[in-house]
Amino acid sequence: MTLLEVDGVSKRFGGLTAVSSFSLELAAGEIVGLIGPNGAGKTTVFHLLSGFQPPSEGAIRFKGASIVGVKPHAICRRGLARTFQIVQPFVNLTVLDNVMVGAFNRTDDVTAARRRATEVLDVVGLGPRRDALARELTLPDRKRLEMARGLATQPELLLLDEVMSGLNPTEIEAIIALIRRIHAQGVTLLIIEHVMRAIMALSQRIVVLHHGETIAAGRPADVARDPRVVEAYLGTAS
Amino acid sequence: MAAEVLGGAALALLLVVPLLLPPYFLEILISVMLFGYLGAAWNILGGYAGQFSFGHAAYFGIGAYTSTLLFLRLGVSPWLGMLVGGVLATTFGLAAGYLSFRYGLRGPYFSLVTLAFAEMLRVVAVNTKAVGSSLGLVIPSREAAPWHFVFGSKLPYYYVILAMAIAALWVTRRVERSKLGYSLQAIRENEEAAEAAGVDALGMKLRAMAISSFMTALGGTFYAQYFAYIDPAITFGPSVSIQGLLQAIVGGAGTVLGPVLGAFVLTPVSELSRAAMRGRAGVDVMVYGLILILVISFLPHGLMGWARRRRRAGA
Repeated sequence: MTLLEVDGVSKRFGGLTAVSSFSLELAAGEIVGLIGPNGAGKTTVFHLLSGFQPPSEGAIRFKGASIVGVKPHAICRRGLARTFQIVQPFVNLTVLDNVMVGAFNRTDDVTAARRRATEVLDVVGLGPRRDALARELTLPDRKRLEMARGLATQPELLLLDEVMSGLNPTEIEAIIALIRRIHAQGVTLLIIEHVMRAIMALSQRIVVLHHGETIAAGRPADVARDPRVVEAYLGTAS
Repeated sequence: MAAEVLGGAALALLLVVPLLLPPYFLEILISVMLFGYLGAAWNILGGYAGQFSFGHAAYFGIGAYTSTLLFLRLGVSPWLGMLVGGVLATTFGLAAGYLSFRYGLRGPYFSLVTLAFAEMLRVVAVNTKAVGSSLGLVIPSREAAPWHFVFGSKLPYYYVILAMAIAALWVTRRVERSKLGYSLQAIRENEEAAEAAGVDALGMKLRAMAISSFMTALGGTFYAQYFAYIDPAITFGPSVSIQGLLQAIVGGAGTVLGPVLGAFVLTPVSELSRAAMRGRAGVDVMVYGLILILVISFLPHGLMGWARRRRRAGA
């Protein structure tokens, strides 16, 4: 079943084209990686999908219905959640309260939201830190909190924006395992990541953006060998 | 458990002590309760949702003028006029809030626009003969008539405002422990992240605005009945707006008890500095201002924030 259809989407900021005729189809249950050099337009794609910015042109359909012009909270309600590249915890609230805010996406009841948030905190491994203030968390824990808050909204599609950046290899291993657990719960994932080893291991498909355009797409092994991708990342030999 | 015992004891004191107080102190206590109440009303929008209104005088004034005019012109009991004022203030608040929030005004820009809305109403009141222009309105002295919100002594007014303050704290508590409260705090912390987590920021802020403006208007009616005189400068002027938010900020914005605690500290300070500087006009305001600067510099999260940090450090 097709969950997300992005059809010829562009985003221009004045004279700058950040994303140019981007198209993508996601089937339910997939893990797809979105990679590309810095400034390629990956985060802009996330802003467009999650409703934080309107596309200049093109269509975005989630579960068959257009979500162009729909507000971020309403898109979240429909089952599409995101994390932020620069983590944005509610720093003066406790870890549990942070995640409860996400859980209220599916319930109006405080007890139900608390139960849901507690479950999610156990999944991401933050259970023991539930009463800490978010400002007291280390960066790896903040990344987990960011994912927990998204997960608590009970999304069908979760957009993860560089949840491994700034982490050490051990922490990255733990996050990879966590992403697999989230996927096992039936959540479809679209992942922006610079950590190649991780994205190669996780993704069933990879889409490569460069200067706002899709330059390659396919299975991880094929994409890694694609000369245009190598060139985009390393530059030409001349 | 300890909190309940403490709360019960405080309530008993607040119920009994006024019976023994000389009039001057009873008046101070009434001021404490009124400012605590106004602080609690402001706190819902300013403290929990983080939308720093500088214009709550608008709702205060609408409340005061509505009940007073209904009483003077049509003989409607201010108890009833109070509710009408509350509804009018809520309507005005929702309109002002929708315009501000819809167009993305945040932080100082929101504060300034709310200040402008209140000033606008003040200028309208000053220039409208039907509402007494700048002379304002006097509620003529008359027999005690509880049904018309007129009492023969200060004491009943005290119990009215005490009940209002307790009700305000109860409402705050209810809000804090609901989806609305969580959503408002998320918006205060980071509006984008809140939206991304499914929080309807515009809708939630408007709900906070509705509760806050309604409660503030009821305070306006109480003021009118208690002092039996209102004018545009008092009711729509910036000092009402500032008073409300100061109680909350000094006591601890975004906490249930903060505004009342702030009022218990600030009102006596204000009274004492006025008494100590008698005859030197303006000096008391400077002393008051200095104390505020010190509190905000050293206790940015107010007295409740300080207490909470100490408790966390101890635990």
